Amino acid sequence: MQPPEQRDEVEMLSMMLLIRRFEERASQQYQAQKIGGFCHLYIGQEAVVCGAVAAARPDDYLITAYRDHAHALARGTSPNACMAELFGKATGCSSGLGGSMHYFDKEHHMYGGHAIVGAHVPLAAGMAFASKYRDEDRVTLCFFGDGAINQGAVHEAMNLAGLYKLPIVFICENNLFAMGTSVERSTSLKEIVERAEGYDIPGTVIDGMNFREVRDKLGEIIDSIRKDSHPAFAEIRTYRYRGHSMSDPASYRTKEQLEKFRGDDPITRLRAQLTREGKLTNEQFDRMDKEAKETALASVKFAEESPEPPLEKLYDYTFVNGANS
Amino acid sequence: MREITYRQALNEALAEELARDPNVFLMGEEVAEYNGAYKVSQGLLERFGPRRIIDTPISENGFAGMGVGAAMVGLRPIIEFMTFSFSLVAFDQVVNNAPNMLTMSGGQFNVPITFRGPNGPAHQLGATHSHATECLYANIPGLKICTPATPRDAKGLLKTAIRDNNPVLVLESELLYSSKGLVEPEDFELLIPLGQAELKREGSDVTIICYAQTVPLALAVAERLENEGEISAEVLDLRSIKPLDLEAILKSVSKTHRVVVVEQDRPFCGVGAEICYRIQKEIFDLLDAPIMRVAQEEVPMPYNERLEEAVLPSAEKLIAAVQEVCYT
Ligand SMILES: Cc1ncc(C[n+]2csc(CCOP(=O)(O)OP(=O)(O)O)c2C)c(N)n1
Ligand SMILES: [Mg+2]
Repeated sequence: MQPPEQRDEVEMLSMMLLIRRFEERASQQYQAQKIGGFCHLYIGQEAVVCGAVAAARPDDYLITAYRDHAHALARGTSPNACMAELFGKATGCSSGLGGSMHYFDKEHHMYGGHAIVGAHVPLAAGMAFASKYRDEDRVTLCFFGDGAINQGAVHEAMNLAGLYKLPIVFICENNLFAMGTSVERSTSLKEIVERAEGYDIPGTVIDGMNFREVRDKLGEIIDSIRKDSHPAFAEIRTYRYRGHSMSDPASYRTKEQLEKFRGDDPITRLRAQLTREGKLTNEQFDRMDKEAKETALASVKFAEESPEPPLEKLYDYTFVNGANS
Repeated sequence: MREITYRQALNEALAEELARDPNVFLMGEEVAEYNGAYKVSQGLLERFGPRRIIDTPISENGFAGMGVGAAMVGLRPIIEFMTFSFSLVAFDQVVNNAPNMLTMSGGQFNVPITFRGPNGPAHQLGATHSHATECLYANIPGLKICTPATPRDAKGLLKTAIRDNNPVLVLESELLYSSKGLVEPEDFELLIPLGQAELKREGSDVTIICYAQTVPLALAVAERLENEGEISAEVLDLRSIKPLDLEAILKSVSKTHRVVVVEQDRPFCGVGAEICYRIQKEIFDLLDAPIMRVAQEEVPMPYNERLEEAVLPSAEKLIAAVQEVCYT
């Protein structure tokens, strides 16, 4: 059974295209040195966050690590605000103060963008605690990588969530690598999902290259949490096509592995499914892709033309009301 | 002498100490197969093997603690933090276990461990990744802290740190890894004692006290001031923050009578605050002007390039401070 709020699949395919085209532009702008700091691309993993967002309600709490562009876009943050953030502009989703790794968008219930590996997972448990405390039926979606699974903070948060029966889905985006370290070289228990058992949290493995599987399986989990608050764990198997960050040549992995996952591309796959079922024509797809490219390009123009945050802004956010002594 | 990079200098120090003492090992994220996130451990896995060059999962609290435990039973761990911003995840081990052990055990257990990695703001990494941790750690009795600014100091201080029988933090600098400098030939045993500052430039009108990333800044400013024919600035590189070379500080200030401290950390309870206190306590009468400090602005680090620049110590801010203490 599919959740009632389920978003239109063609619309979600077009979101996956937007994410990909946006990041290709970001990559190009990074190389042109318009973007500073660290920049981590999500290309290849689009079906994960898109499937999750399609399965969740727009007001469910969503929080992730530093590979966060797609999470904001999928939630509805404007591509202009996302690109402007990379450019460090005042119109960015974090006013140019956060950068690529620290996207935030309160309006769209995107609670960051967190760059210390594992550190946001307890925050997610806190958000889930708050919804239970207030008797709301919101679910928290907490994304993190396979590398984060070996941080103590993650395990403390999982135990707390299990203990207090918090309404949270721990979504481990297993893209097989944490920087240059593969899961085999970092983790004693090879099946990440089995970690959840240790906290009495039900676990599921999901194919992250398949939008429909992500949406449907997460949909079931989210529905069950909404009915009766409890934590769940989803290991979503996926792959990043690019290096860890813009400066990583990714020489630790094989061409064959990359090609294998590319051959299973989430966008190509959903497109084929929809085309086969007569829900999408080639012309429609091409038009969507063209629009995605145009939107991405327009976001660069918007970012370029946006103002820098004024210097006075520096002191505005250390405390609320600008107090700073 | 030959010219090598700061990165190579650290690499040589590691290799020499690994070769010298079989109890020394290097552990951290991406140190082995990836050759280090910043390539400081390049080639070490190949030379010393996986028993001694050890890749870890992203578990700072765990592997820093393993280092302390291994040190308690006789090994000499070198623990690399990919950056010291991530050492905050292991704060308890660095602050509560490593430096307290000797006292708590009534002198039975010393902890000969080296924690090392880049520290301080790099470029546009934002609030979580830009911490200058020296003032946090300098507050803790039982930790020694050095902050090399040149390839020679990097090599000499790291080697000394590894041989020290106490916990030592070697706070390196990402922005300096590719900088070059003269270092003694490879077969020369270069050991620079902790707690020994170095005069990087002589001058007569004012002493600029600096360390790590602020050393090249101070040298550039001193040169500019001299070229403009105005002020002759002496540049004193602390090299170690703890122990602090008070003698060298007092000697220089007794000559110039004016001081600016330029530090890369935050102003409140920063390294410069301690230095100011010591100077005025010892030689108040020799000062011709109140001491000035140049540090970061007291805000979490913004990503935007212009704002980040406004937060960091800069040539303009340092020149203004120097001119102020010189009343020019
Ligand atoms: C506490 C901490 N340690 C180290 C890092 C450096 N670092 C950033 S991302 C990363 C790898 C994380 O891999 P994973 O969790 O699998 O996420 P992915 O990058 O694959 O999305 C590392 C080691 C960090 N940001 N925080
Ligand atoms: Mg990963």
